[in-house]
Amino acid sequence: MPFDLPFLAESFAALLRGIPLTLQLAALSVIAGGFLAFALAFMRISGKWWLDAPAQFYIFVFRGTPLLVQIYIIYYGLSQFPMLRHSLLWPFLREAYWCAVLALAFNTAAYSAEIIRGGLLSVPAGQIEAARACGMSGHLLFRRIVMPLALRQMLPGYSNEIILMVKSTALASTITLLEITGIAAKLISVSYRTVEVFVCAGAIYLAINFLVARLFAWLEYTVSPETRRPEEHHA
Amino acid sequence: MPDATATPAVALSGIRKSYGPLEVLHGVSLEAREGEVISILGSSGSGKSTLLRCINMLEVPNGGSVAIQGEAIALDQTPGRTPRPRDNAQVNRLRAKAAMVFQSFNLWSHLTILENLIEAPVHVQKRNRKDCLAEAVALLDRVGIADKRNSYPAHLSGGQQQRAAIARALAMRPSIMLFDEPTSALDPELVGEVLKVMRDLAAEGRTMLIVTHEMAFARDVSTRTIFLHKGRIEEEGPPSEVFSNPRSERFSQFISRENT
Ligand SMILES: Nc1ncnc2c1ncn2[C@@H]1O[C@H](COP(=O)(O)OP(=O)(O)OP(=O)(O)O)[C@@H](O)[C@H]1O
Ligand SMILES: [Mg+2]
Repeated sequence: MPFDLPFLAESFAALLRGIPLTLQLAALSVIAGGFLAFALAFMRISGKWWLDAPAQFYIFVFRGTPLLVQIYIIYYGLSQFPMLRHSLLWPFLREAYWCAVLALAFNTAAYSAEIIRGGLLSVPAGQIEAARACGMSGHLLFRRIVMPLALRQMLPGYSNEIILMVKSTALASTITLLEITGIAAKLISVSYRTVEVFVCAGAIYLAINFLVARLFAWLEYTVSPETRRPEEHHA
Repeated sequence: MPDATATPAVALSGIRKSYGPLEVLHGVSLEAREGEVISILGSSGSGKSTLLRCINMLEVPNGGSVAIQGEAIALDQTPGRTPRPRDNAQVNRLRAKAAMVFQSFNLWSHLTILENLIEAPVHVQKRNRKDCLAEAVALLDRVGIADKRNSYPAHLSGGQQQRAAIARALAMRPSIMLFDEPTSALDPELVGEVLKVMRDLAAEGRTMLIVTHEMAFARDVSTRTIFLHKGRIEEEGPPSEVFSNPRSERFSQFISRENT
């Protein structure tokens, strides 16, 4: 196959214009999904079956079905409910953009909830007990002891989830959104040069996720000075 | 010397504690006067830890009452329901008065030793951070690990971690110290350094309740020894008396077993 540099450069430039939308979809869904994930994780560890059961069911459904199916159901399915069509949310829900954000957020919430739950459960009981014995409880105990310890366990798994989310935004192209993959599909439909275009698109995803991975590596390093060798943190 | 007429530092009366159908404390009463050092002995499973943990409500007794320096802890002990304190703020306040040292140290692994020490004084007791830091450094100096103040717990030996944990307890300026087998998780050569710190604390007249298997320590340091057996106090008295003249058959068996 001849290596057509001008075409590659042209495609690359076109694809770069999809980055903002890709990042928006990923960021919005990770943030919204993060809040939902925390709620689900707390329901899971509440010890009350009537909170645990719905959270378990939610996670079962959203982990057990393909994201593409979820996107289609939200995009094509919600309009079937007259109640929704007449609600205040309709201006949002009829937009492919918000449907994609919603589906991605619902999906990542299910996975993140389990990551958060795992982090919370990993906190050594003895350290919580010591905090209680010092008069800490509720919010203070959570903020000062439980969360910092849980976060250290959560970060590696959570960085994985965010990288998956960046890649999952590609599915938004199936409901007309022109993020990186959407633009790629459009370029291919006129040029028929599938490989070149997708190589460019792949390179862009790779670059974004390289940065995400670096960011989390740095976060992990910053939040857990206790895992470094003793010399390093002495002033 | 302990004053028999003053308000007791800790007053336990008729403490009962069950886990499901299993009752592990069958009505234990015990008073620790100000300045007393009480060693609590007993074989494994006799309820020593449970009794100690009922003092600061890490375990909530199903029956009986607990008072710290004359202040009774309000408990909801409705039969058939899990017992719980009525007022969590009261429990938190009293917990800072009765500081606990654990067998497994339980230092907070994400905080430096110095941060471990000032955590509760600053965030629970709302004391001035700078004062707390100065006091914490002095306490670390006292237990002999001032040079470790900026290290994280994982980088300390067991003995150093336990001394840090004792300093953390002292940092809350408690009037009572509760120790649950503070040397049982330590290598034999590290036991001495922790016991020395505890001896010093006892010598300065702190009220201490110590669950321990260190018979020599209990004998030398405590003002009173309690022997628990199957959730009941089986023997009680000054160590000079109970060790040489045990009234209970079980306690004399226990002593001879522990001393071999
Ligand atoms: N959380 C719990 N749930 C159920 N049973 C418990 C619990 N904690 C303690 N027990 C039981 O209560 C009894 C007394 O336990 P406790 O820990 O007070 O004994 P101990 O005298 O401290 O023993 P050791 O010397 O081994 O520490 C034991 O039979 C133990 O199995
Ligand atoms: Mg015990």
